[in-house]
Amino acid sequence: MPELSNRERMAIPRHEMPAQAPHERIRNFDEVALGYTWELAREEAERCLQCAKPRCVDGCPVGVLIPQFIRALRMGDMAGAVKTMQEKNNLPAICGRVCPQETQCEANCVLAKKGQAVAIGRLERFVGDFELREHTSRAQPGPPTGRKVAVIGSGPAGLTCAVDLAKLGHKVVIFESLHLPGGVLIYGIPEFRLPKSIIRAELESAVTNLGIEIRTDHVIGNTYTIDELLNEYDAVFMGTGAGLPSFMRIPGVNLNGVMSANEFLTRVNLMKGYRFPEYDTPVKVGRRVAVIGAGNVAMDAARSALRLQHMRSAQDGEPPGEVHIVYRRSRHEVPAREEEFHHAEEEGVIFDFLTNPIAILGNEKGEVCGLRCIRMELGEPDASGRRSPVPIAGSEFEMAMDTVIFALGTSPNPIVFNNAVGLERTRHGTVVADPETGRTLKPGVWAGGDVVTGAATVISAMGAGKRAAADIHRFLSDEKLFNVG
Amino acid sequence: MYTILEKQRLSDAIVLMVVQAPHVARNARAGQFVIVIADEQGERIPLTIADHDRQAGTITLVIQEIGKSTKQMGQMAAGDAFHSVAGPLGHPTEIAAYGTVACVAGGVGIAPMYPIARALKEAGNHVISIIGARNQSLLFWEDRMRSVSDELIVCTDDGSYGRKGVVTVPLKELLETRADEIKKVWAIGPTIMMKFVSLTTKPFGVETIVSLNTIMIDGTGMCGGCRVPMIDGARFVCVDGPEFDGHLVDWDGLLSRMQFYRNEEQLAVQRWERLRETPTHECHLDKVVPLRR
Ligand SMILES: Cc1cc2nc3c(=O)[nH]c(=O)nc-3n(C[C@H](O)[C@H](O)[C@H](O)COP(=O)(O)OP(=O)(O)OC[C@H]3O[C@@H](n4cnc5c(N)ncnc54)[C@H](O)[C@@H]3O)c2cc1C
Ligand SMILES: Cc1cc2nc3c(=O)[nH]c(=O)nc-3n(C[C@H](O)[C@H](O)[C@H](O)COP(=O)(O)OP(=O)(O)OC[C@H]3O[C@@H](n4cnc5c(N)ncnc54)[C@H](O)[C@@H]3O)c2cc1C
Ligand code: SF4
Ligand code: SF4
Ligand code: FES
Repeated sequence: MPELSNRERMAIPRHEMPAQAPHERIRNFDEVALGYTWELAREEAERCLQCAKPRCVDGCPVGVLIPQFIRALRMGDMAGAVKTMQEKNNLPAICGRVCPQETQCEANCVLAKKGQAVAIGRLERFVGDFELREHTSRAQPGPPTGRKVAVIGSGPAGLTCAVDLAKLGHKVVIFESLHLPGGVLIYGIPEFRLPKSIIRAELESAVTNLGIEIRTDHVIGNTYTIDELLNEYDAVFMGTGAGLPSFMRIPGVNLNGVMSANEFLTRVNLMKGYRFPEYDTPVKVGRRVAVIGAGNVAMDAARSALRLQHMRSAQDGEPPGEVHIVYRRSRHEVPAREEEFHHAEEEGVIFDFLTNPIAILGNEKGEVCGLRCIRMELGEPDASGRRSPVPIAGSEFEMAMDTVIFALGTSPNPIVFNNAVGLERTRHGTVVADPETGRTLKPGVWAGGDVVTGAATVISAMGAGKRAAADIHRFLSDEKLFNVG
Repeated sequence: MYTILEKQRLSDAIVLMVVQAPHVARNARAGQFVIVIADEQGERIPLTIADHDRQAGTITLVIQEIGKSTKQMGQMAAGDAFHSVAGPLGHPTEIAAYGTVACVAGGVGIAPMYPIARALKEAGNHVISIIGARNQSLLFWEDRMRSVSDELIVCTDDGSYGRKGVVTVPLKELLETRADEIKKVWAIGPTIMMKFVSLTTKPFGVETIVSLNTIMIDGTGMCGGCRVPMIDGARFVCVDGPEFDGHLVDWDGLLSRMQFYRNEEQLAVQRWERLRETPTHECHLDKVVPLRR
């Protein structure tokens, strides 16, 4: 292709990604977004202006070399695009699918003003998927340094930290409490958004080639304490996430049919409950489902529930039912990724904005039968500039419901802190760590990801894992520091 | 590999297994549990660590076959391996010298009670154990319990062995005659039994510890599925328990929560039994009835 002028590039409209049609995809758990074809990817790549000072890169928590990888892609040098990507990001097939691009890299793109940002995430996914098929570049462990690092948790933070350290020649062992590695990627985010086969393949190429050992079924705090790990390893990284769910303090939360999104999604994803009874873990979803909250977790729970309803309907011939998202703020404040909100809407999830539950109603058998709510309105902006919702007096009303799923945010899993003397925690349960280096107040222990920030994003957890790996490497390579520590 | 090294049948529907799990054995203490997955399609189910051997790197599990997963485990043999064994989980039992204590165990609960009674005895307590089962064929470990108890009362619901009646009857007598002496009571068994033990001790004001067996998924505090309603709010059995003050548990709320998946569980058992009866059945129908493709 001849070189285009910037005017010509800006005239090309942003390319949508092919996707399964809504009425089809609500009957299966297969991936919704199908990815660019080669032609679409090349054309989308042509839209990038190759800015001398690429602001998009500033929006990426790990600093992916965006113009460089896009340039390689559009010149047809896929191996080069992969290499460029891997310099900063070892999990592009995952990030390309789940990053909230519209608030990160793409928000900063010079073309974003017209709503026409380069589709960086989709191109990233294209590069990641190419590498999973073609294996052009296998990561290599560095020459052995003789130092050993224990990584707790195999979510994006732990994995990224482990990969970077192994590339530098340190011996890394990951301890994971569940029976499968991946953290939220494997237990939380559903198959239709991030297929397990992608996670498995991306882990395989990132982890196995580097000789990283993953010990599943190890619950740190119980199986070993952090201090026991410090006796055996030169450094410890905590990437244990924020998996502890919260429930609203309203009447009825212990009724049958009320659960956390984590429980619902774990049953569906990690345990493959949507294939019960072929898989042993049952999952139950009623005909009228209310999901409380409007983040990514809520969208995932609502869309999973919708699919289970439609799959049941295909079997029993009864109408599938309804899934509601009940959110106390308005459309404008929805924290989920734009794409997920859009997909949920297309699939028929019903949104009840400015609505807050005040009680869950039960029948004589102890089962959920309804939700009592109150209407809200947005008040004056508070100190942070956000308009907070306030109840409208006298606006209480009831909705019939048989399943209520709370997707209200989570806090760090407490077990890892058992007997961990010297680890300071905030009143939110997160561990205190330097945001630049990941150092905690306990010598030899670093932390990063959701366990430090509270529930955040995949890529911010990866960024924290990377920064901690760099600091751990500094520590392990500096004889003076090392011998003191 | 979590290989089953030894398997023993304790009663009609209860098996004992010694399983290789050095990572669990090294730190295990009385009162803790593991999460076990039988095979790749399996569910995560909680089982108490009935005993452990740090040197050999093994743990002992005692499993009552009540549903799909436990029946399937009951069919596994020495040499087979579980897909996953994670732990130890939950808080260990608080062992101290209390004086005279009562250990009340029903059915499969005798297995997890044994290491607790043993630890209490070793700590210098006078241990009175009351063990019971529906009938004699379901009773096991009388000898073991006797060896760690100063006094032992055995009962069966139908009177086929020991005293006739449920465990709360001798417990009540004990409290009526020696209330000042009994400092603390432990109860492990079916939820309904633990409920009635708690109701029995309450008027006497004797602290009663129960070990709850709610439905669990992860067992690490991540899902809230194991939450138990208590008088002062809900707790997660896997991280806050499994032992709780029986006088604070909302028993009826708990019993109702434990029934939530009953239909699905029955479906799973029926399907599994069907598959098991016809394990190598191949469909030859297409040879008899020519299929149009
Ligand atoms: C349903 C859902 C959807 C989401 N969607 C998106 C999205 O679209 N885009 C996005 O960017 N972000 C999304 N997020 C947020 C994102 O997944 C998290 O911010 C990210 O995974 C955090 O990574 P982490 O490595 O810090 O922790 P996690 O991914 O939580 O991993 C922590 C790991 O540590 C293990 N662990 C915990 N305690 C112990 C212990 N004591 N011993 C051993 N192991 C332990 C856990 O089992 C887990 O595997 C979503 C989150 C959820 C729940
Ligand atoms: C901390 C903890 C420790 C445990 N330790 C042990 C242990 O050491 N040994 C052991 O055998 N089990 C133990 N359990 C219980 C065990 O986890 C369950 O029995 C098991 O998950 C059942 O799985 P399943 O698929 O076989 O049966 P499911 O199909 O899940 O359940 C079958 C049905 O049986 C009902 N049911 C549950 N308990 C009983 C009971 N006692 N009697 C009659 N019906 C019942 C259930 O409500 C359900 O409807 C423990 C549970 C917890 C939470
Ligand atoms: S990793 Fe995420 S934020 Fe960074 S460039 Fe890729 S899609 Fe954008
Ligand atoms: S800001 Fe946009 S146009 Fe500029 S280099 Fe980045 S992606 Fe390309
Ligand atoms: S089993 Fe999931 S929180 Fe206890």
